[in-house]
Amino acid sequence: MIKADHVTKQFDGRAVLDDVSAVFETGKTNLIIGQSGSGKTVLLKSLVGLHHIDGGNIYYDDVCYNTLDFNHKKEIRKQVGMIFQGGALFDSFTVEENVKFPLDVFTDLSEEEKLDMVNETLKRVRLENAHKLYPSEISGGMVKRVSIARAIVMKPRYLFCDEPNSGLDPLTSIVIDNLIKEITEEYDITTIINTHDMNSVMEIGDTIVFIYQGKMWWHGTKDDILMSDNEELNNFVFASAMAKRARKNM
Amino acid sequence: MFVTKILGEIGNYMLLMQKVFRRPVKRRVFTRQLMDEMEKLGLNSIGIVAIISVFMGAVVALQMAINLESPFLPKYLIGYATRESLILEFSSTIVALILAGKVGSNIASEIGSMRITEQIDALEIMGVNSANHLILPKIIASIVFFPMLTLMSMIMGVLGGYFIVFTVDMMTPDDFMTGLTSDFRPYLVFYGFTKMIVFAFIITSVSSYYGYYAKGNSLEVGRSSTQAVVSSTIVVLVFNVILTKLFFNY
Ligand SMILES: Nc1ncnc2c1ncn2[C@@H]1O[C@H](COP(=O)(O)OP(=O)(O)OP(=O)(O)O)[C@@H](O)[C@H]1O
Ligand SMILES: [Mg+2]
Repeated sequence: MIKADHVTKQFDGRAVLDDVSAVFETGKTNLIIGQSGSGKTVLLKSLVGLHHIDGGNIYYDDVCYNTLDFNHKKEIRKQVGMIFQGGALFDSFTVEENVKFPLDVFTDLSEEEKLDMVNETLKRVRLENAHKLYPSEISGGMVKRVSIARAIVMKPRYLFCDEPNSGLDPLTSIVIDNLIKEITEEYDITTIINTHDMNSVMEIGDTIVFIYQGKMWWHGTKDDILMSDNEELNNFVFASAMAKRARKNM
Repeated sequence: MFVTKILGEIGNYMLLMQKVFRRPVKRRVFTRQLMDEMEKLGLNSIGIVAIISVFMGAVVALQMAINLESPFLPKYLIGYATRESLILEFSSTIVALILAGKVGSNIASEIGSMRITEQIDALEIMGVNSANHLILPKIIASIVFFPMLTLMSMIMGVLGGYFIVFTVDMMTPDDFMTGLTSDFRPYLVFYGFTKMIVFAFIITSVSSYYGYYAKGNSLEVGRSSTQAVVSSTIVVLVFNVILTKLFFNY
């Protein structure tokens, strides 16, 4: 479980996160939704410790994370996997080397054992014929898969995904979404996903936090979301025609 | 205002260096990075340094021959003066300035694009000290390799001079040879190497600093890479004066 407790974050005096509190549960896919620029990425990066927060606290299973010193943070970070909005694969490494990198740095396994784990993980994300290619040589969907593989190869306890399916076609998006959900349930980890894709919300949204202008505006499940009378949330949700139709049919 | 800005930059640079000079987590990973950097920063600079040294050696010898044209000056002085200018300034300082342009911009843009594509964040999330992982191998590779480039430049420069003396027929190659070998002080070669070691550190660390703190988009990365070249050039020149004063104790 990860908990944000009255988190605030400012850039140059401008509040980007304003008193955000939320609980993200273990074994579930927890979604953060909101318009572009609402602060989703900043929230995710604050949770994971890439941004220094200006107020509030962040808990990882009862450990107050933001006040830990570097070495203790490092111990937690070894249990964290993150999928970045742009993939953030290492350009100078092949697909295989990218996925192997965390193993190289943090384990004393033999080369064969590491390659076995890499193969297994790449198979897990259904990517089997790209081991020797460089990130510039693979498609956007493949980049996301490699990125997922690199994030889960160490079997993390916490998984953060920043728009895992942005820029992908609807079919590939659903495959990626379901992959993340599958992994979350199988490993019983805490997964937090940023998205502004309503398809993802309806597909895998176990818990949903709606961020509006840096504030925690609404939270609930995908079953509540269509019934809410929150105006800003409805504007966001029913911007897509599909969701409108879904509501009519209820 | 200007002074406080510079002091601020120096402070940030020092803080970064503090992160850089830590023990690498895994020796194997470090060795691999080091080999890569040796190739990128060192081997790939051999060509340009060799070409420039041959031509500069030739021009210096030619200029010496033209300007020392006098019945009162012994001919071998041309060889002597050529050797001294190569050893004292050209093969260390001028070669360092060339490397600041080539290697400095390369380092700043490489690290800068890793920054803006979140590859550095990805390292930090894994619990890797990104400054140490990315910058230390570059510094060590250049400190080891650049003095070898200096040595090569000295040799190529002398060869260039020797060659021009053959072709333009202003003096006998024997006279030139006598000049090259007369009153040879190994201390000056040592001085050239020491300068180059300091310059190597300056070029790689200053350029890394500009890349590491790049933000924004690819335009900004281009800008910080220009800034890296300008700043490392200036710092090299300042330290050239300081080191010369220290070495010759004037
Ligand atoms: N490093 C930064 N410095 C200053 N302002 C920032 C920084 N990072 C983000 N912001 C600001 O914070 C706000 C929220 O940005 P954020 O990236 O979190 O949006 P987002 O919800 O992830 O949008 P998108 O869906 O487009 O990715 C924006 O107004 C942005 O300008
Ligand atoms: Mg974002």
